[in-house]
Amino acid sequence: MSIPFSEEKLKKFSEIVSRYPEGKQKSALLPVLHLAQEEFGHWLSTDTMDYVASLLKIEPIEVYEVATFYSMYNLKPIGKYMFEVCQTGPCMLCGSDNIIDYIKQKLGINVGETTPDGLFTLKTTECLGACGYAPMMQLGKIYKEHLTKQKVDAIIEECRQTAALNN
Amino acid sequence: MAKKLLLEKAHVENIRLYDVYRREGGYRSVEKALKEMAPDQVTDEVKKSGLRGRGGAGFPTGMKWSFIAKPEGVPRHLVCNADESEPGTFKDRYLMEFIPHLLIEGLIVSSYALGSNTTYIYIRGEYAWIVDILERAITEAKNNGWLGKNILGTGFDCEIYVHRGAGAYICGEETALIESLEGKRGNPRIKPPFPAVKGVWDRPTVVNNVETLAAVVPIINLGGEEYAKIGIGKSTGTKLISACGNINKPGVYEIDMTISVEEFIFSNEYCGGIANGKRLKACIPGGSSVPILPANLLLKTAKGETRIMNYESLSDGGFAKGSMMGSGGFIVLDEDQCVVRHTYTLARFYRHESCGQCSPCREGTGWLEKILKNIEYGKGKMSDIDLLWHVQKNIEGNTICPLGDAAAWPVAAAVRHFRDEFEWHINNPVECLSRNYGLAHYSDPLQVTTA
Repeated sequence: MSIPFSEEKLKKFSEIVSRYPEGKQKSALLPVLHLAQEEFGHWLSTDTMDYVASLLKIEPIEVYEVATFYSMYNLKPIGKYMFEVCQTGPCMLCGSDNIIDYIKQKLGINVGETTPDGLFTLKTTECLGACGYAPMMQLGKIYKEHLTKQKVDAIIEECRQTAALNN
Repeated sequence: MAKKLLLEKAHVENIRLYDVYRREGGYRSVEKALKEMAPDQVTDEVKKSGLRGRGGAGFPTGMKWSFIAKPEGVPRHLVCNADESEPGTFKDRYLMEFIPHLLIEGLIVSSYALGSNTTYIYIRGEYAWIVDILERAITEAKNNGWLGKNILGTGFDCEIYVHRGAGAYICGEETALIESLEGKRGNPRIKPPFPAVKGVWDRPTVVNNVETLAAVVPIINLGGEEYAKIGIGKSTGTKLISACGNINKPGVYEIDMTISVEEFIFSNEYCGGIANGKRLKACIPGGSSVPILPANLLLKTAKGETRIMNYESLSDGGFAKGSMMGSGGFIVLDEDQCVVRHTYTLARFYRHESCGQCSPCREGTGWLEKILKNIEYGKGKMSDIDLLWHVQKNIEGNTICPLGDAAAWPVAAAVRHFRDEFEWHINNPVECLSRNYGLAHYSDPLQVTTA
């Protein structure tokens, strides 16, 4: 998890940069920040952002201003599993408030907090484009849809088991 | 059964794979366009088809294409807007997830028409798994000679790349999208210059929605004139509607813009009626930014005519008595839902998504959210209702991009049509915490009340 990118990620980095015209390598910033976040512990430290700036030959401030604008870049460490629960209109109509309350109670944390064991972070988000499958949340790369209390229980249990297996 | 042009094959087994898609007639439009037509002829067919932008604004696509500048020696770009983030809208996701090659096919034909040798799909960051689906489809298309150099021996070169965003509604606005594609914050640009003249990297650029570009495939296959015969008036072709909220069958439906709103909500072919046997209270027919309509004004226009699911009919009556087709995000509220709470969640959304560039939007969206939160939680004052009206009025039209309007309109319509519900919250600060207002006169099909 330490800087710099592995050989394999550096190859990916070069491939991403090659999608944009010569001299416009700054365009690769968003995808490269995703890559960095994946590689370096699911968040962007100042060191990580400075490293990305040096790779793209841009000023660090150009990276900071982007990293602070987009909601998917985490500027603080997060738990191993981040529950990003949608709370916008259509999900609200289908009971997302109850789901958020249930997760809070079940994990004993508030929105924006991480459990003491570092496993779970709870975040509320605005519309994720799954309104027909509400209530829902994003967990890593995938969506968990049609949430019920039972489903939430099962997701938490599955995360705990996966984490235990990997330890 | 309505005619399907986009989703007809979406449920053929393994249609995501190139071989199946091709066997089902895929990529015919590329053959036809590249081998038999000049680029301008493709644009002409799109003009004849009457296709209107499916992202929300409804601007004629062929006309937008014809604006692209063609300075000597400067590359041009087509960018596909897959930053679908309007609450209530999940149609592009469905299309890309289930039938990705349709989009790739549409992109190749459109790139040919516009002379774009490098085309980008700007997809919202949260659709991470769809990036994999699209990249796989692109690789398959390339391996089969539909992308790369000298496609079909015609001398046309084209590459498509997926560019993943990172969570910002504003990047669905085309100039913000372009900024984001350049690796910057998604701050919309002042127009002019329009992207067709100065877009990404100062090059002529056309930005079109996913569904719009997919619709180019049937337009080329059928011919623009045939395509234009489907639908009514200026609402030609088919439209994807993503239906959600309190209905029995939420999902994505392809309609031909001739069916009534009533049929769409209540027939089993579409939404299947209101969930749990409840009654219809209100609906936002075109994504969260468009005005909410109470049941009475939704099913019939103020003139008493049946309201149809198309651009003209949904906007009949203007903002006072109508709404908009928008992006096709169809949000239904049943009798137990609270309009104040719903409007509050939307105001929170727009506050969160405002880029902060223009003061009326940056400050105003925060005000709207705070006032609505107070009313929802029993801390409102009667003067707050007029204050809401005043704040939204001062955002509308005073910002660089339409996000300001998008934030103002839902609040304006909620106050306009449901003022008594706001007043009830203020007069009953304790009761409003434990129950919702329910239906009121606005569910009465005979009465039409507007501010």
